[in-house]
Amino acid sequence: MSPLQLFIEYSIVGIAAGGIYALIALGIIVIFKASHTFNFAMGEMMMLSAYFFYAASVTFALGPALGLIVAMIGSIIVALIIERVAIRPMLGRPFIAVVMVTFGIGSILRGIVGMVWGPNEVQIPSILSRSPIFLGDIFVPGKTARGFAIAVILVVALIAYLRFSRAGVALRAAAESATTAYSMGINVRNVVAFAWVIAAITGCISGVLMANINTLTPHLGLVALNVLSVVILGGLSSISGVLVAGLIIGWLEAITGLYLPTEFREITPYVLVLIVLLVRPTGLFGAKEVERI
Amino acid sequence: MLDIEDIQLSFGGVKALSGVTVNAETGMITSVIGPNGAGKTSLFNVISGFYRPQKGRVTLAGEDISSLKPHQRAYRGMARTFQNIALFHGMTVADNIKLGAHTHLKSGILSAGLRLPSTRNEEANLDKEADEIIDLLELDKVRNDQVEDLAYGLQKRVEMARALIMRPKILLLDEPVAGMNREEKSEMSRFVLRVKNDLNTTVLLIEHDMSMVMGISDAIVVLSFGQPIASGTPDEVRNNPDVIKAYLGSVDETTQNAA
Amino acid sequence: MSSAIDQSSIMPAKKASYVTDNRLWLVIFIVALAGLPFALPGYWIFFAGLLGINIIASHGLNIMMGYTGLLSLGHGAFVGVGAYTVAILQTNFDLPFWITIPLAGIIATVIGIAFGLPSLRIRGLYLVIATLAAQFILYFIFVHWESVTNSDVGLSVAPAEIFGYQFNTETRIYYFILAFVIASTIFARNVIRSRVGRAFIAIRERDLTAQVLGVEIVWYKLLSFGLGSFYAGIAGALLAYFNRFVNPEQFELMLSVFFLSAVIVGGMGSILGAILGAVFVTLLPEFLREASLLAAHGLGIDLSSILTPLRETIFGLIIVGFLILEPRGLAHLWQRARRKFSRARA
Repeated sequence: MSPLQLFIEYSIVGIAAGGIYALIALGIIVIFKASHTFNFAMGEMMMLSAYFFYAASVTFALGPALGLIVAMIGSIIVALIIERVAIRPMLGRPFIAVVMVTFGIGSILRGIVGMVWGPNEVQIPSILSRSPIFLGDIFVPGKTARGFAIAVILVVALIAYLRFSRAGVALRAAAESATTAYSMGINVRNVVAFAWVIAAITGCISGVLMANINTLTPHLGLVALNVLSVVILGGLSSISGVLVAGLIIGWLEAITGLYLPTEFREITPYVLVLIVLLVRPTGLFGAKEVERI
Repeated sequence: MLDIEDIQLSFGGVKALSGVTVNAETGMITSVIGPNGAGKTSLFNVISGFYRPQKGRVTLAGEDISSLKPHQRAYRGMARTFQNIALFHGMTVADNIKLGAHTHLKSGILSAGLRLPSTRNEEANLDKEADEIIDLLELDKVRNDQVEDLAYGLQKRVEMARALIMRPKILLLDEPVAGMNREEKSEMSRFVLRVKNDLNTTVLLIEHDMSMVMGISDAIVVLSFGQPIASGTPDEVRNNPDVIKAYLGSVDETTQNAA
Repeated sequence: MSSAIDQSSIMPAKKASYVTDNRLWLVIFIVALAGLPFALPGYWIFFAGLLGINIIASHGLNIMMGYTGLLSLGHGAFVGVGAYTVAILQTNFDLPFWITIPLAGIIATVIGIAFGLPSLRIRGLYLVIATLAAQFILYFIFVHWESVTNSDVGLSVAPAEIFGYQFNTETRIYYFILAFVIASTIFARNVIRSRVGRAFIAIRERDLTAQVLGVEIVWYKLLSFGLGSFYAGIAGALLAYFNRFVNPEQFELMLSVFFLSAVIVGGMGSILGAILGAVFVTLLPEFLREASLLAAHGLGIDLSSILTPLRETIFGLIIVGFLILEPRGLAHLWQRARRKFSRARA
């Protein structure tokens, strides 16, 4: 295979893998839009969902389909508890404090999972077929391709839902200005809770997909931290922007794997973050934080 | 002392200030007045260096400071207070005031950390200076109180003390009596006059409370919709027909405040 | 009302006696610390040494985060930089501690600033992700720069030594660390009570106002971040001489969470708080370990396998709980208790 062909194949596989990152990114930005909170616990929510799936489908032998539903319900309940118990009391506090709270929540969830399921990997039932997909000459691993397809369907469905449903309108109003939303009769608290539910759904699906493609350990969620970093860098302004950011991470990891030893993949997003900060210190889309004098 | 010449400032095509010229004479109190939205606060932010005007110059003691950053202007002798009090919570009155002396002190991290004699002297002198300002503004009773526990009027005074410990050439006061009751207002007026007389500090203030401005100012500039419409002594301004017209809508407020 | 006035009029005299009071207590306290090895078993002296190291690192994070408002999620990795500096310099050049320890501080500062500088020029969030990047990238280097760090196996470190005297027992290394703890605590307190510390606080509270007061924001952020990293480097250097062994596992993200919780529990922006917080988070795992032993003996339940995740959970709970319920931390609780006590005495 020629270097160019190799590059194209790795690019396609990488972008396919990035579909899941885009899903994670969607969960992050929905919460950000609703409440200007950076959810550093997104990855752990994701990882916990995958363990819920494991528990429901394997431990309680409910099978994959029912297991997924149970995992989804469990994830939503956890998200609502987090929002109610830890996020709502922090309303109006400096964003740094809220960042630390979500970071702390991540630590709690990681610890709980470690206590219940142990530090070693567990095997979840495969919901994705292994048979590869061929795009012309290009070979895409089956799980990656199907994971991407599911992620795309979910992203499109969620975006359509956010665009056309009443809840979506409320979310956008709250993102514009909480005060305006209030004056329109929108309950901003409910909007924030709703955003956490959306994040729980994207987290659950991305967690189960990720656990299918890779393996399930309590460290599954760490990948979300680099998605979060890249999303923050991208400017958090538009949903399409962060989806692209997710795909870019996938692509970048694949390309790194092509030219450098594979272990470098885990730090590529962070290296990208540092390079961007060095070259364009205000992030890719400029800093919009202007303090009122 | 401070000369603001022909300032023009716009935000994305919307003119906030145009052709604004103000001269704050040494040792005098100069006031900029105008109805809300006349551009007073924008003018202050131009003077302290937060906004870059499209046109015009700011000169302090003969030096063009138009291109300097806010902290550099502080080193040149500019101090200001804020309309919304900007004190540091969780600190005492004395500590807040000491924060103002940054430009006069020299200690770096090593000499501070090792508490070298130079730092020790510096801090001892600073204590003395802070006490002088505290006496001048009669804050001695609340010296060791947390600032957030103080009454509104007192907080404003602490903010002024913090600006004064900079020994500024020019003191900018942003609506020093906004939100005060009558008693607090007259007290504040007394202190502003004391600053002028005892410390010989040049003062530039913006305010929409006419009674205060008329009572203490040596010179007044009136802004309306970002443009100067009159300037002169309080008496000249009071009788200027343009000013009366500009304020017509707010005559009630004026008389109310005066009453 | 009248009592308030009375109080303020007698304040100066009272304050003076307060200061000498404090000095006296400080001297007593330091003497007590020096006498500790005669009173406690070696096992506890070992812990006191570890505690000392954690105190120094917490001072560093407290300077950045508590006083200046610069959140770092990579403090643990900067501690690692200090530890590796000592191990590498000793392994390759056989340098003595009075060269390696200062160098560990300086190198941690340089690396900290290299990561922090681009984002210190702007506000808030970018520094958080830059320090997160530092945590993962530095850890990656510890693991994968095998020719220098010896990868997961790690490097062993000989005891610190001066004129043939080795700091090789619990008690000796305890005194060695104690000296650094006292010096770093005094240094931090002095900095905070100076022009520099006031500038830090001004930046944390309102950085626009700080500019008006003449504070060069980027410069002071840099100073704070540099100083905090220096403390991390020193703590890491001492850790290397304490464990006599350096490997990547010690400097995972978990360690950054550990210091974060120390500073939050103790009370951000308080020297006493950094100390109390370090005590709390250092003793907590020990307490848990003891409790699990008890459980194993008394109830026959083996908790040892879940100790690590349990710690992680509890540190997380501490961070969240204190931020929501008592953001001023143990230091504030302590002050309130003391005020109550002195009022009761009066």
